[in-house]
Amino acid sequence: MTLTHLQRLEAEAIHIMRETAAEFERPVMLYSAGKDSSVLLHLARLAFAPARPPFPLLHVDTMWKFRAMYELRDRAAAEAGMELIVHRNPEAEERGINPLDHGSALHTQMWKTDGLKQALDRHGFDAAIGGARRDEERVRAKERVFSFRSAGHRWDPKRQRPELWRLYNGRKAKGESFRIFPLSNWTELDVWQYVLAKGVEVSELYFAAPRPTLERDGTLLMVDDERLKPGPGEEVRERWVRFRTLGCYPLSGAIESRAATVPELIEEMRTGRQSERQGRLIDRDGTASMERKKREGYF
Amino acid sequence: MEKTLLRLITCGSVDDGKSTLLGRLLFETGSAFDDELALCGADLSRLVDGLEAEREQGITIDVAYRFFATETRKFIVADAPGHEQYTRNLVTGASTAELALVLVDAARGILTQTRRHSYLCRLLGVSSFVLLVNKMDSVGFDQAVFDRIVADYAALGESFTAIPVSALTGDNVAARSPAMAWYEGPTLLEHLESVAPGEGSNGGPFEMPVQWVGRQDKRGFAGMVVQGSVRPGDRVRVMPAGTRATVSRIALGEDELEAAVPGQSVMLSFAEEVDCSRGDVIASAAYPPEVADQFEAVIVWMAEEELVAGRQYGLKLAAQSALATIHTPKYEIDVDTLEQVPAHGLQLNGIGVANLWTDRPLVFEAYEDNRDLGGFILIDRVTNETVGAGLIRHALRRSQNLHAQALEVTPEARAAMKGQKPRLLWFTGLSGAGKSTVANLVEKKLHLAGRHTFLLDGDNVRLGLNRDLGFSDADRAENIRRVGETARLMLDAGLIVLAAFISPFRAERRMVREMLGEGEFVEVFVDVPLAVAEERDPKGLYAKARDGRIPNFTGIGSPYEAPEAPEIRIDTDAMSPEDAAESVVRYILQEPSPR
Repeated sequence: MTLTHLQRLEAEAIHIMRETAAEFERPVMLYSAGKDSSVLLHLARLAFAPARPPFPLLHVDTMWKFRAMYELRDRAAAEAGMELIVHRNPEAEERGINPLDHGSALHTQMWKTDGLKQALDRHGFDAAIGGARRDEERVRAKERVFSFRSAGHRWDPKRQRPELWRLYNGRKAKGESFRIFPLSNWTELDVWQYVLAKGVEVSELYFAAPRPTLERDGTLLMVDDERLKPGPGEEVRERWVRFRTLGCYPLSGAIESRAATVPELIEEMRTGRQSERQGRLIDRDGTASMERKKREGYF
Repeated sequence: MEKTLLRLITCGSVDDGKSTLLGRLLFETGSAFDDELALCGADLSRLVDGLEAEREQGITIDVAYRFFATETRKFIVADAPGHEQYTRNLVTGASTAELALVLVDAARGILTQTRRHSYLCRLLGVSSFVLLVNKMDSVGFDQAVFDRIVADYAALGESFTAIPVSALTGDNVAARSPAMAWYEGPTLLEHLESVAPGEGSNGGPFEMPVQWVGRQDKRGFAGMVVQGSVRPGDRVRVMPAGTRATVSRIALGEDELEAAVPGQSVMLSFAEEVDCSRGDVIASAAYPPEVADQFEAVIVWMAEEELVAGRQYGLKLAAQSALATIHTPKYEIDVDTLEQVPAHGLQLNGIGVANLWTDRPLVFEAYEDNRDLGGFILIDRVTNETVGAGLIRHALRRSQNLHAQALEVTPEARAAMKGQKPRLLWFTGLSGAGKSTVANLVEKKLHLAGRHTFLLDGDNVRLGLNRDLGFSDADRAENIRRVGETARLMLDAGLIVLAAFISPFRAERRMVREMLGEGEFVEVFVDVPLAVAEERDPKGLYAKARDGRIPNFTGIGSPYEAPEAPEIRIDTDAMSPEDAAESVVRYILQEPSPR
């Protein structure tokens, strides 16, 4: 019997999660309500069933996620019976940092990068499981499954450990930590095929529907609440759109589409020929910006 | 939509066009998106560009993983760089690969690197090889050139499939080359789609290392099957204990499975209550794997700091963790000539064959039979970095057959007869700190108090037991190991042993501590500033070291790693030797004597 590619990827991810649970004192799973998070949560439940996964979920909130994502987050955590920790950077909250007034770079730095570090430090988490994949960005192609972070959460390419076979080295000194990426070898297409094969619930925002949108700097933004106001010359119009990636709604570009089911979406991906990062506004801050963010501790 | 998965590694030296080939494969299979292609312009190799720092230097220094897929198969490519750190990276990439793509520039033919990469892939157990003669466009698509290179490679004596291609023009990569009508074999993609995956075959008896034990209702044992298959009702054994059990249930999440095969992560339950924890291996009852604590292995060294024979390293094999001590390598393998050359240690990217022993028995298979139970990593205990990889060849016979002699006169009995608790007082500090002076005084005082003692002194041991050892890091480690073993025998005899050794390295002191029972090792740090020790210089050694006449002298040419948490710290700059000795004696005598 030959295993399918999805079976092998699933088994590998489960293996990685079990190693994480066994080797770390206080692991946590990052959960953002995106499709990778949904798959990750599904796999975590498979890995430890019938018991609950032996770690909590952590959402590093930015106050600007789509409303539908918050709903899915709370529902999914409750259904899994897992503790959900929501962290918001108090400094960003106090100073009212937002993507509209302060730009994507500062918003992301303070809410996501700093917020994640704060949350990990506050709870003493020594391993954070995340849904990053090596196909997302060229820089990610060399990322380890067990990605070492020195004290202060810095990623130093020179200190990454060789990973042979299925052996992961999670040993560390006090203050050091790891980011764990069970979906390292998955591609975007693998994720969708898995969602289809296993009936994993993902956010409705991935599927096309008529939504209120406005066009800004050549990008379609969904007007998810009253905080996003049309500027001069901009008008809110209902368009059939969906999202390829989800983040803060003013930073997530929508694509016009009629793909309302997973098979339609996979078909559109085959012919669409744009990478998923294309809609992510935070990646346009300059070439190799992802690598710089990583060095600073971005997930 | 149902696809299989094949993991492969690309090998080639810098100019063989590896990046162009990978870019071509991504392009031809539609695995690259338009916006990514737009960034590359006409140069497909830029699709697989690396880190910022590497781009600046124009080199690739780390393994990258790439993905592409056809209608029937997904491919994971370990892209191992051609030159810098080649062995470490190639070995890492090959460790998970089922197939190796060996690239050769048609104009340059087989190079030393081609042989080296092929050897390393075979060593790591890659089962299927493709010789890809690239840049055929640069030799006018000439069949004679191709045939000659194939013949050269065949002389290396292994089976392979050869394909003439041009990654630049795409000839024979995805589409048949009109310029090479003489070639009748498959295109590269056709071949890659047809190769049988090396993983997932269920030959051999069942084996599953236990990663995790679930405790809901009935206990479940979680792990990935690495060999054979298992069905409910199968009789198994839990190794290393050898306990027999019957599999009652195989589950993946909430689903019950009729069987599990290699590469599947499952949860097993037993009909019986059985002791089984992380690190154990659940195996076929009829053919369980071997258990041993001494091995011969191929060691690949991956750290800047060289391998120190005699030092303890952390070892991870499947879900088993142990401490391992490696003997001086028997020989090193020159990866260019494949000759065995004498070895003293192993440097970064060195490959050698050595014996090692572990502090507890390990369940294992020979690497050539099973990657998961035959491959291990070595971890530095101070930096926690992965410093080496090992491939088990076989267990050493004596560890399988020789069991520790069960003694009726136990160490406890001997100690009780002497009315004392055996201890090892380990005096460490710089030369001239006063270790021997204080240790001598302590022994006198203990003797007067009716204790049975023995003093092991650095200078005396080096004149006898360890006179074959020098002062290299490896010899220093071996010196301490022998002293530790000697002290252990004396502790078993019931003695209080005093050892006065500079012992500059934490790792070695920790090694001795861990040879002994809980609380038996008492570290006495004889602390004195270097300047004071140098001023005393009772043997005139510092002066010689400063003149460069003694290399590796601790404090001058070689570091002293001060203890972080010694049981006793003595400041001989502020304390008289008499007071210092008294404080040590008080520590020993105040302790309750054994029951």
